[in-house]
Amino acid sequence: MSAVTTESPSRLSALYRSSRARVIVGFAVAAVLLFAVAPATLSTFRLGLLGKFLCLAMVAVGIGLAWGRGGMLTLGQGVFFGLGAYLMAMHLKLADAGPVEGSGGVPDFMMLYGSGEVPGWWEPFRSPVVTILAIAIVPAGLAALLGFAVFTRRVRGAYFAILSQALAAAFAILLIGQQATTGGTNGLNGFRSFFGYDLADPVNKRMLFFLAAGALLVMVAVARQLMVSRFGELLVAVRDQENRVRFLGYDPAQVKVVAYAVAAFMAAVGGALFVPIVGIISPADVGVVPSIGFLIGVAIGGRATLLGPVLGSIAVSWAQTSLSEAFPSGWIYAQGALFILVVAFLPGGLAELFTRWRRSRRGSVPDGGAPAPGDDGTSDGSRPGAARTGEPGSGDPTVEPQTAVDHDPATSGRTA
Amino acid sequence: MDVLFSQLFAGLSLGSVLLLAALGLALTFGQMGVINMAHGEFMMAGAYTAFVVQGVVGNAGVSLLVSLPLGFLVGGLLGLLLEATLIHRMYKRPLDTLLVTWGVALVLQQVARDVFGAPNVDVRAPAWLSGAVDLFGLAVPKTRLFILALAVVAVVALAVVLKVTPLGRRIRAVVQNRDLAEASGVSTRATDRLTFFIGSGLAGIAGVALTLLGSIGPTLGTSYIVDAFLVVVAGGIGQIKGTVIAAFALGLLQATFEYSTTASIAKVLVFVVIVVFLQVRPQGLVSVRTRSLA
Repeated sequence: MSAVTTESPSRLSALYRSSRARVIVGFAVAAVLLFAVAPATLSTFRLGLLGKFLCLAMVAVGIGLAWGRGGMLTLGQGVFFGLGAYLMAMHLKLADAGPVEGSGGVPDFMMLYGSGEVPGWWEPFRSPVVTILAIAIVPAGLAALLGFAVFTRRVRGAYFAILSQALAAAFAILLIGQQATTGGTNGLNGFRSFFGYDLADPVNKRMLFFLAAGALLVMVAVARQLMVSRFGELLVAVRDQENRVRFLGYDPAQVKVVAYAVAAFMAAVGGALFVPIVGIISPADVGVVPSIGFLIGVAIGGRATLLGPVLGSIAVSWAQTSLSEAFPSGWIYAQGALFILVVAFLPGGLAELFTRWRRSRRGSVPDGGAPAPGDDGTSDGSRPGAARTGEPGSGDPTVEPQTAVDHDPATSGRTA
Repeated sequence: MDVLFSQLFAGLSLGSVLLLAALGLALTFGQMGVINMAHGEFMMAGAYTAFVVQGVVGNAGVSLLVSLPLGFLVGGLLGLLLEATLIHRMYKRPLDTLLVTWGVALVLQQVARDVFGAPNVDVRAPAWLSGAVDLFGLAVPKTRLFILALAVVAVVALAVVLKVTPLGRRIRAVVQNRDLAEASGVSTRATDRLTFFIGSGLAGIAGVALTLLGSIGPTLGTSYIVDAFLVVVAGGIGQIKGTVIAAFALGLLQATFEYSTTASIAKVLVFVVIVVFLQVRPQGLVSVRTRSLA
């Protein structure tokens, strides 16, 4: 992305200022990096690692939408990630086990822990079509159902966060408890093929990476369209002044449900692609701890920006992989410190620093005049979304997604 | 009848553990709207306090009695430190406090892992708490009874402090109307700090109590924090009454579901019940009525 954000020569500055062109250039650069530079320079192992990071970044895009733009602190994205992953893993296990007529079609771990029979609710996932449909529908549907239940009753803020976290806890406990059908703590692993393609073949591994890269690019594009649309404006408005939106005649619950379901869908796709790329999914990837871990990359990058969550998530994943190899306990301290420092002292993430730096370099351009007219600021993640909330005269670039909540306990969460 | 009694007691016992874990949260979350994810780690700190005290004292009975106040002090001081360094900057951003305190929780867990080692350690229960007493034809472990009694004592003590003492009056005033309390000359800063100290200290006591139930490890807190928050949410904030009822109700529900299904499915069912319950009463069981809109 750096090519977009560095200062352009004056001949290109007109093009650079046009937001549409910036978006297109941004996507072109990302596409070149992902589809040409990365496969040419990285080993198969490193490429697989980057593919894993891209899958986690998909979850981050959704969190950026739901949390950064919508103010819904969702601590349970691991559930949707896990649902997508487990649905995919079930299909892969069944496909590896072969057809029912031949070897019996029973996945290996079921022979080990279970009765040696495939439970009825596994059977539909022999079909690739059913599996893909289920990945697209089930997690988003669950999110819509839960979202509808809680948002229409105006359960929000901390209460929603706690409920979503409890959902993650319940999901992980359920997975661990049902070892005969879910693999328990070990999870599902040892996949040999992906829709008929051998997973051991480097060519197919590269194909999977391209699939993940393509999916991520599409998601970023979708997220950008949502953010600049009327829906995106409404979502930010709900985040900042839910009651005002309600009094204007909109239904905030509907807006939130849509954003939550879209975030769940993105997490599910990330999970579904995570399985063939990484080769294992277990409760350790979906419980309370990983669910909240998804948030740190989003917070570092800049929760309300378009690219902040993606870049932050990839950077954190990379740091985790390289740090935890060298210093096993060091990463946990680093993660804790990041949560504390970034969220407490830099709520806008690195995007906020970048904005400050760019403004100071351009000289004291009056706030609000700095961005070019019609500039939506989303193509390079340089401007926090709060600048778009339409608060007149708001010169503070600090992202402040939560409205100032007073200390009355009955108001800090939900309506009486 | 035996089954009914044993289920009832299992539920009450679980409820008392939940109550001890959630009581401090009800105070910090209820008064300040601070979501302290490190509360579980304060429990862990209390548990390790009991472990260290036993290493020093030796006698299990004496060490338990020393550990209870000391655990309160350790948990409370940790809470005070957290409030003074981080949380007081963030009263306007309650959701962000959640993430910051989660970071603190991660660090505290790792500190415990580095100091005491990753494997679980055991704290011996005193002799006068070993064995069981016969209650309505049911053999009830004495440790469970002790925890139940401890929970009751903690609730009563907290209720007395809140209702009778000047400190309690200040706390209630700040809970009900922070601005008016401040205008009336109550130092809300000092009240916040003291409340946080007491709430975190209760976590320390809960941690000491947990050492009676089994071995303790660095992730002790994580296994209780989610349930404890659910208790507070279902109970409604601002009053201790709701937390007490919710803790025992959830304990009984969990025990009942566990009896008829498995432990893991019971967890999921309890979660579903809470979501459905919040449909009916989004503000929880007991809530302070206010005129506020948001």
